[in-house]
Amino acid sequence: MTTSPLTLRRAGDSPALLGLLGIVGFAALLEILPRVGVLKAEYFPPTSKIIAALFDEFGRGGFWQAVVGTVTTWLIGLAIAVVAGIVLGIVIGSVPALRLATASTIEFLRPIPSVALLPLAIVLFSAPIRSILLLVVYASFWQVLIQVLHGVTDVDPVARETAASYRLNRWRQARYLVWPTTLPYAMTGIRLAASVALVLTITGELLIGGTKGIGEEIAVAQSSIAVPSMYALIVVSGLIGLIANLATRRAERLVLAWHPSVRRELPL
Amino acid sequence: MSRVLSRTGLLVGLPVVLLVTWWFASAGSKSFYQPPLETIIKVFPDTWTGARFKSDVFPSLIRLFIGYGLAVLIGITLGVLIGANRRLRSLLEPLLEFLRAIPPPVLVPILILVAGIGNPTKVLVIVVGGLWPVLLNTVEGVRGVDEVLSDTCRSYRIGGWLRLRTFVLRAASPQIVVGARQALSISIIMMVIGELLGATNGLGYTVVEFQRGFQIPEMWSGVFVLGLLGVLLSLAFTLVERRVLNWYHGARAAERSGH
Repeated sequence: MTTSPLTLRRAGDSPALLGLLGIVGFAALLEILPRVGVLKAEYFPPTSKIIAALFDEFGRGGFWQAVVGTVTTWLIGLAIAVVAGIVLGIVIGSVPALRLATASTIEFLRPIPSVALLPLAIVLFSAPIRSILLLVVYASFWQVLIQVLHGVTDVDPVARETAASYRLNRWRQARYLVWPTTLPYAMTGIRLAASVALVLTITGELLIGGTKGIGEEIAVAQSSIAVPSMYALIVVSGLIGLIANLATRRAERLVLAWHPSVRRELPL
Repeated sequence: MSRVLSRTGLLVGLPVVLLVTWWFASAGSKSFYQPPLETIIKVFPDTWTGARFKSDVFPSLIRLFIGYGLAVLIGITLGVLIGANRRLRSLLEPLLEFLRAIPPPVLVPILILVAGIGNPTKVLVIVVGGLWPVLLNTVEGVRGVDEVLSDTCRSYRIGGWLRLRTFVLRAASPQIVVGARQALSISIIMMVIGELLGATNGLGYTVVEFQRGFQIPEMWSGVFVLGLLGVLLSLAFTLVERRVLNWYHGARAAERSGH
């Protein structure tokens, strides 16, 4: 396949270079369009102004507090969702009767949009951080739970019978049979949950306010119509999301280093 | 017969137990924010009347369907273009990766600033939220089409619209459906957020008005309606998915039993 002339790569065709070109091109477009008047500069500040605003933010103490606040809320929410999702998932998944009895309830609760709980979260808790955490945990919990439930049922029947004939006790079965099968599923769930949790953290900060966070900074920038700062903060939220994605993918590879799906891949 | 009974028992058992527990646990509740379930159910018919549906629920739903439809349409179109062209894909992939990482709700203040708080903004809010999952999944699906089939198409000189319709879209459809599913949940969330941040009518707006006006039982009933909307739409999606992907699930089942 690789020797066929159709698939040979020409010079200057490297994906990394093209990707960089894509980002630079996009930035250049957003610089030029407002300057020539195609987009209103009032609403679409040119890229250079956004970058200047970004560096202003970097120099501000409150900005870094907001970053730390967002990351802290995100991690707390994610941790609660992950622990609850894994524990409940393994318990429900390993008991067939429990699994059947909870199926309809899970199918009903899962699609409830998390922001529907927003007014409830606001009136139930006086501390804004707890309201935000309710949204974050509710949204990300299901991602973990569903994956773990899938994982627990995926145990190889031969391995299960082998474990039974070796008379592994319940604990050992959970440790050496169910857990290794479930872990890859759980990691997928955690990766999905991490990005959902981050979105909900920033959304909660934006809509509820009252805690230090990027979302609240955006709300403040909006009310003072500091347009370049708004764009700069949106870029920051994207960067945090990107770093979070990379970090969870990295963690997944580390935790599953023994797993065939990871072992087969070439080292990057 | 007893089998059917035990099945229905399992299906409705836990929900009934939960509701009954809630009913009795909240029965004498004096807490202002956690009214008895009875009160919430009592205010329900007075709150969600025909007039309310006409003024708030239907406008929300229409915006949701238009926004979601546009997101799916734009996502598939761009996804096919990007997915089918290797150089375009390398050019745009890192950029898309970054744009996707931006939590869609933070774009709402910008959109309101640019386009005001009219209906177009609220539809746009839904589109920018729902677009990414469809777009990225379509790119993946189109990229992953079977090479043998692709070569077969080429040797039979099947091209253009026919190739797109009968081969590319079909081969990518399982992935596209996954994206459309994610987009649906995001669209509902974006619909509510769009209405929370700037609106004069709509489902999300109504619920928040109840909250701000301390009409707590009405607010709870609104949360029920929003939750029910999510559940019903996800159910509808599952039905559509079964029809669209019938061939795929059949092929997968045959593959599994073949082993």
